[in-house]
Amino acid sequence: MIQFLQQMINGLSLGSIYALIALGYTMVYGIIKLINFAHGDVYMLGAFVAFYATTFFHLNFFVALVVAMVLCGVLGVVIERIAYKPLRHATRITALITAMGVSYVLEYTTQYFAGSEVKTFPTDLLDNTAFSFGGVRITMMQIYIFVITIVLMIILTYIVNKTKMGRAMRAVSVDEDAAKLMGINVDTTISFTFFLGSCLAGVAGVLVGVYYNSINPLMGMTPGLKAFIAAVFGGIGNIPGAMIGGLFIGIAETLVTAYGSSLYKDAIVYVILILVLILKPDGLLGKNVKEKV
Amino acid sequence: MEPILEVKNLTKNFGGLCAVSNVSMTINQGELIGLIGPNGAGKTTLFNLLTGVYEPSSGLIELNDDGQKIQLGGLKPYKITGYGISRTFQNIRLFKAMTVLENVKVAMHKNIRYGTIAAILRLPSYYSEEKWVEEKACELLKEVGLYSKRNEMATNLPYGEQRRLEIARALAIQPKILFLDEPAAGMNPQETADLTKLIHHIREKYKLTVILIEHDMSLVMNICERIYVLDYGKMIANGSPEEIKNNEFVIKAYLGEEI
Amino acid sequence: MRKEYLTKENIAWLLLAVGSFVICSLLMNLGIINSYYQITLYNICINIILAVSLNLVIGICGQFSLGHAGFMCIGAYAAGIITKMMPNFGGFVLGILVGFVLSAIVALIVSIPTLRLRGDYLAIATLGFAEIIRILVQNMKITNGAAGLNGIPQLTSWPLLMIGVVVSIVVVCNYTHSAPGRACISIREDEIASEAMGINTTKYKVIAFVIGALLASLAGALYACNFYVIKPSQFTFNKSIDILVMVVFGGMGSMTSSVIAAIVIGIINMVLANFSEIRMIIYGLALVAIMIFKPTGLLGQRELSFKKLFSSRKGAK
Repeated sequence: MIQFLQQMINGLSLGSIYALIALGYTMVYGIIKLINFAHGDVYMLGAFVAFYATTFFHLNFFVALVVAMVLCGVLGVVIERIAYKPLRHATRITALITAMGVSYVLEYTTQYFAGSEVKTFPTDLLDNTAFSFGGVRITMMQIYIFVITIVLMIILTYIVNKTKMGRAMRAVSVDEDAAKLMGINVDTTISFTFFLGSCLAGVAGVLVGVYYNSINPLMGMTPGLKAFIAAVFGGIGNIPGAMIGGLFIGIAETLVTAYGSSLYKDAIVYVILILVLILKPDGLLGKNVKEKV
Repeated sequence: MEPILEVKNLTKNFGGLCAVSNVSMTINQGELIGLIGPNGAGKTTLFNLLTGVYEPSSGLIELNDDGQKIQLGGLKPYKITGYGISRTFQNIRLFKAMTVLENVKVAMHKNIRYGTIAAILRLPSYYSEEKWVEEKACELLKEVGLYSKRNEMATNLPYGEQRRLEIARALAIQPKILFLDEPAAGMNPQETADLTKLIHHIREKYKLTVILIEHDMSLVMNICERIYVLDYGKMIANGSPEEIKNNEFVIKAYLGEEI
Repeated sequence: MRKEYLTKENIAWLLLAVGSFVICSLLMNLGIINSYYQITLYNICINIILAVSLNLVIGICGQFSLGHAGFMCIGAYAAGIITKMMPNFGGFVLGILVGFVLSAIVALIVSIPTLRLRGDYLAIATLGFAEIIRILVQNMKITNGAAGLNGIPQLTSWPLLMIGVVVSIVVVCNYTHSAPGRACISIREDEIASEAMGINTTKYKVIAFVIGALLASLAGALYACNFYVIKPSQFTFNKSIDILVMVVFGGMGSMTSSVIAAIVIGIINMVLANFSEIRMIIYGLALVAIMIFKPTGLLGQRELSFKKLFSSRKGAK
């Protein structure tokens, strides 16, 4: 039982990170129906920005976190403007291939400049004392991850549900043309969505950097896919769905590693994906949309 | 007269919305039936139920296939097509990047008798069947007056010709029953007149039973022998064009209640 | 021989195939294509098979699969394991056949549930399946885990490779120009209309998917028996994207462009062999640029057709 609780804590930490990335996927898919393959690489760049900010410029962790967040957000907007905006009315496949192209560019440009070797994140950024509650160990780092994730999710929910921009985002995701006729600036709204999503991915990158201590230019690919799967699990386009999906995937992966074999930890995520797609393709909280004939 | 298609208490719910409710129809062999009703009355939904695009929530669709009763409700569209029921679409759905000729050939699929292996190895059956398909498809295109455009991409045809190609494609199935969903939508009076002639012609030639949805009342009153009227998913009237014209429920449905 | 086979255009195609075979053989014997260039040539041939077969699934049938590397992986391992036990031509043929059976089974298992999905969802599901295949291979004893297989006998010869290429192209082109092929194209164009025209869309999607998988498995076998070593890490998602790049660059739906794209990209890869990062950056930029400026690919849907060539010349006279 204690071991199980321990694994749940570990799973929740990993899951929080997946949830942060999944939110970006789900918001972007919700608004322009694009699987933003490059999202995982924005997350990777978040880790790299924080790495250079703390090692070269010796910034404090929280400053580095904010810097990474803002830079990733801006990068997300730039990517959208250059690569996705011209394709807004193209087929989804065209947009998907473009997103893969962007992903390649980000990964290998980073590799070109930073080198392909694994970099070690400084370990003294955060206080890492561990507490023990009846045998269940929880580190200060994990508490930071939980707190940061929860705060960001509350802010995001507030923005989406209570602000004018949030209302515009929801309107554009339902019907872009109608939103335009109602005087909503669609381009700004989409850019803002990318900004928000990319900020969250940047934060996730920084958190992974400090949690696992190692980063490399190709680190974004697998977590990116897993976060996408989390978004699909929760119902793509649905914000609470992405949070639940992220936590679920994180916990499932941790439990398989603990009780089965770590060799299959990636396989289980794909199995979950395929089961969801077959049994409930709209995800846990998604809506069923059928093509009109 | 023998009923060829019987619809009994057919209902379709979308969530809480009842798009088609408790509709019953009897369609006799060789009839030309009109299906009218105000926008959103559920006409296309009824077509989609009859051709298998949607699954009925309840009710029966019974086809009389040469004396054999077949339940069509819940079958896949391609199976229903296999029983000789074909359709056109309200919002033209041609295979855009295929030529006019290929569009017709695709619809002849169920009558082509060679498989994937014969296709890959180019066995003799491939050549003989393809020759037959080519001839038959050309014949059909001559019928609707599109033979000279057989090698054009479907998407490049003008609107009226696209509608006619849809009819040719539906005929290629060799149907017994043909559903036409707003065949005259967007046509000018001359094109509508040509279309009326074409519908008459193919019906005689192929001994078809035709059911059409149409908003052009002159066309409907002109060619249909019997008319069904849908309103808010319910069948409110059925009868000859004269009867429908004078039916008070129909007038109410179209013009609203008198105050 | 029936007269249908002996048409002018079929003879022209035969001459083209035999001609390119003879010329490349001569160049190899003369040493103009040295052993270094030969690797590129062999790679190009394998990539042609992969690109043409993926084009059948994506370009003709319109089903966006990102799992092609998974089937190549099955073919490569089946051939690798069996030829290591039976290092002769018989073993090679047996390996290819076993690969066919396995990849057909896997393709059926993958396709029946996933092909109901559309567009981008299908892409992710096939990607997931390919990754599962790779993870299984990485964890099995018979495949020697992550280390992969070493010392696979080199049984792939130039004539065999050329036969593989020709067979693949002929299979895909014959299929495309037939009733089942038309059914597949109609699914790509409009699935709902296709079903209304009496086409069992699931069946034809599965057929296209299985043919694609079989040819990818053939490519895998030829690959394994040419390069001595195979590892699970060679068959990742990136390999699937490499194949996709060839299909997209050339033009989805056109076999001619897939062949040309495979050749051109093969040569680019050789030239940029020492600058792999720059190569990947160029790939990425090119994908984005093509999708923005010319989404139909560089050659679009155009095909090299001797039939049209001959008839247009007749018309000119």
